[in-house]
Amino acid sequence: MNRIIAAIVLGLLPLATLGAGGGVTPMSANNNLEDNTSLQRGAKVFVNFCMGCHSMGYMRYSRMADDIGLERDLVAQHLMFTTEKIGDPMKIAMRVDDASGWFGVAPPDLSVIARARGVDWLYTYLTTFYADPDPARPFGVNNVMFPDVGMPHVLWPLQGVQSYIKAERPANTVSEQVVRIESDESGFALSTSVTTKDGETAHVTDRLEVTVPGSMTPAEYRKTVRDLVNFLDYAGEPVKLLRFQIGFWALLLLAVFAVAARLLYKEYWRDVH
Amino acid sequence: MKAMLTGLLQWTDARFPLTKLWNEHLARYYAPKNFNLWYYFGSLALVMLVIQIFSGIWLTMFYKPSAEEAFASVEYIMREVPMGWFIRYMHTTGASFFFLVVYLHMFRGMMYGSYKNPRELIWIIGMLIYLCMMVEGFFGYLLPWGQMSYWGAQVIISLFGALPFGLGEPLTLWIRGDYVVADATLNRFFALHVAAVPLALLALIGAHIMALHEVGSNNPDGIEIKKDKDASGVPRDGIPFHPYYTVKDIWGLAICLILFAGVLFFAPTFFGYFIEKPNFVPANPLKTPEHIAPVWYFTPYYAILRAIPDKLTGVIAMFASVLIFFFLPWLDRHPIKSIRYRGTLFRLLLGTFVITFIVLGYLGTQAPTPAKSELGFRLGELYFAFFLILWLYSKERTQSFNYTVLGIVAVLLIFFDAIRFDSENGALMLVSSLLVIGYFVVFVLGSMYTRLNQPKPVPERVT
Repeated sequence: MNRIIAAIVLGLLPLATLGAGGGVTPMSANNNLEDNTSLQRGAKVFVNFCMGCHSMGYMRYSRMADDIGLERDLVAQHLMFTTEKIGDPMKIAMRVDDASGWFGVAPPDLSVIARARGVDWLYTYLTTFYADPDPARPFGVNNVMFPDVGMPHVLWPLQGVQSYIKAERPANTVSEQVVRIESDESGFALSTSVTTKDGETAHVTDRLEVTVPGSMTPAEYRKTVRDLVNFLDYAGEPVKLLRFQIGFWALLLLAVFAVAARLLYKEYWRDVH
Repeated sequence: MKAMLTGLLQWTDARFPLTKLWNEHLARYYAPKNFNLWYYFGSLALVMLVIQIFSGIWLTMFYKPSAEEAFASVEYIMREVPMGWFIRYMHTTGASFFFLVVYLHMFRGMMYGSYKNPRELIWIIGMLIYLCMMVEGFFGYLLPWGQMSYWGAQVIISLFGALPFGLGEPLTLWIRGDYVVADATLNRFFALHVAAVPLALLALIGAHIMALHEVGSNNPDGIEIKKDKDASGVPRDGIPFHPYYTVKDIWGLAICLILFAGVLFFAPTFFGYFIEKPNFVPANPLKTPEHIAPVWYFTPYYAILRAIPDKLTGVIAMFASVLIFFFLPWLDRHPIKSIRYRGTLFRLLLGTFVITFIVLGYLGTQAPTPAKSELGFRLGELYFAFFLILWLYSKERTQSFNYTVLGIVAVLLIFFDAIRFDSENGALMLVSSLLVIGYFVVFVLGSMYTRLNQPKPVPERVT
């Protein structure tokens, strides 16, 4: 009996470690908050793909329009599907109860997701979905950055479907961990550290390749995700650019004050010996 | 015009000691003329307090202390309240700067022996202020109602559950007002954060300054300037606090505000140390974050708590590591105050303590691994050893006394290692014990067999 349990546990071990995505270093998002056209494209992707399930409840359409340089009329015509009022927050119609029933957990509000996860994490997450035939996976896909995630690959019409192409590895591999991801022309290279039963470690490079093409090339898709992440970065803290601008003037003012304070101090202290 | 103002002043002075107060605390408060960089932090702490109070009042105008609305109201402040983000970042950055400044202020006191006779009460009141700040920071951290707010509070409150005799559970229930951290907890923490603790802080800070101005300031030489007065009763090495130190402190404040603004405008989360990333996820009682760490100013003590396998012992050690500072004036009774004249070993001792404190603080932010926990345990031992050595250095000790102390320490260390020993970490324990052995060899044998602990002559007047 004990042997059977041990065999089951050992058999499940590789699965368990596959599920632990802790050690992956995400790719760099390289997004640029000052690029308004990128933010506008990102907003378009967001309302068309993400807002089916995710709200952005702390953001108003009007604020978004003004901040990223879109006409309010255009936003009302093309980007508002659930409300008529430009001043409304970007909420959705899906109810939390229904959502948790459908996906296991309710899709979170994405207002501050870029601050919770970081842009690099989001960029890597949204580019590394791959087909997973495991019947336990409800939507037939899995993710390198967020193993066993509940979310389907909503952007697949753009990216297509990627396959996880495993390089040859030692037969007695017991655990493995993706450590680094790099994008190239045809997909992603996943540097993976594998540990064998004897406790030795080796490095192999697996690949993610698009096997069912979508409407975009891999490069176009990465650019689209970068736009989307850029938009999420903006939405996470709409005042970020303003903060830098004010900060510059604040520091300048304080520097002048410091010089004046220094001169005053030195003047008073001339008679202290 | 001038006559009118003079008249008004006389009218006031007959009814309220305005001129008297002004003179006693500023214009005729004589401070030593040799204050150095370390003496900026007292007045800076006062400025930080004012920043916290004013930014806090404005936040209170928009914040909603309810589990349903708290997280959203913070985002409302960040987005919709004009300059709300500025006020909020001022408060978060201010909290960290307040602690930073106070830690430097306390370190100054330790370097120059400012807690020694006749300033023991100033030190004790200061420690009460520090305790109030910790409590204030703990209550305030729950208010944004993010994941780290929630689980941080959950962990800290559960510490009280370690109390024996069946007292733990009822006590945690009483603190929370519910079986888990919930709306009731948030409401009472809000009340304590915005009213109760700030009132206590203000009263204590008033007492701290009154006690200081009664006995007079210490200085980097640790010499009492009041012992050398001129014919008119003014200390020869003293200068009026106003205008000399007011203008000097304004210059220090300018530099501090530049750093403050740098963080506020360009790195308000300070790479996850001032505002932690998981706190941008709303509190979820059903989902424990992978890794719970308090904000940086609590992490040295948190590391000590975590390093000890037994929960109750860990909690006792953690509280002891904070409260032991109260006894500093009686642990260190060496007649020389300043580090300048206390000899090489004292410098090394205090330097090692600073490194211990900082590394413990780093370990407290990290997820525990066997090696990190072991290092945390050893540094915890060094943390308390510092106070023991201070006491040992208080006066000339005989050889046999020193060896007796070493013997008792050795027995205690072996006892602690024996009860936490298991075959898994035996080798690690053995290696890391060298750290503690080396520490005692340097500081106890070093003081016996070398001249490194010899004090230097203290000058008559400040330098």
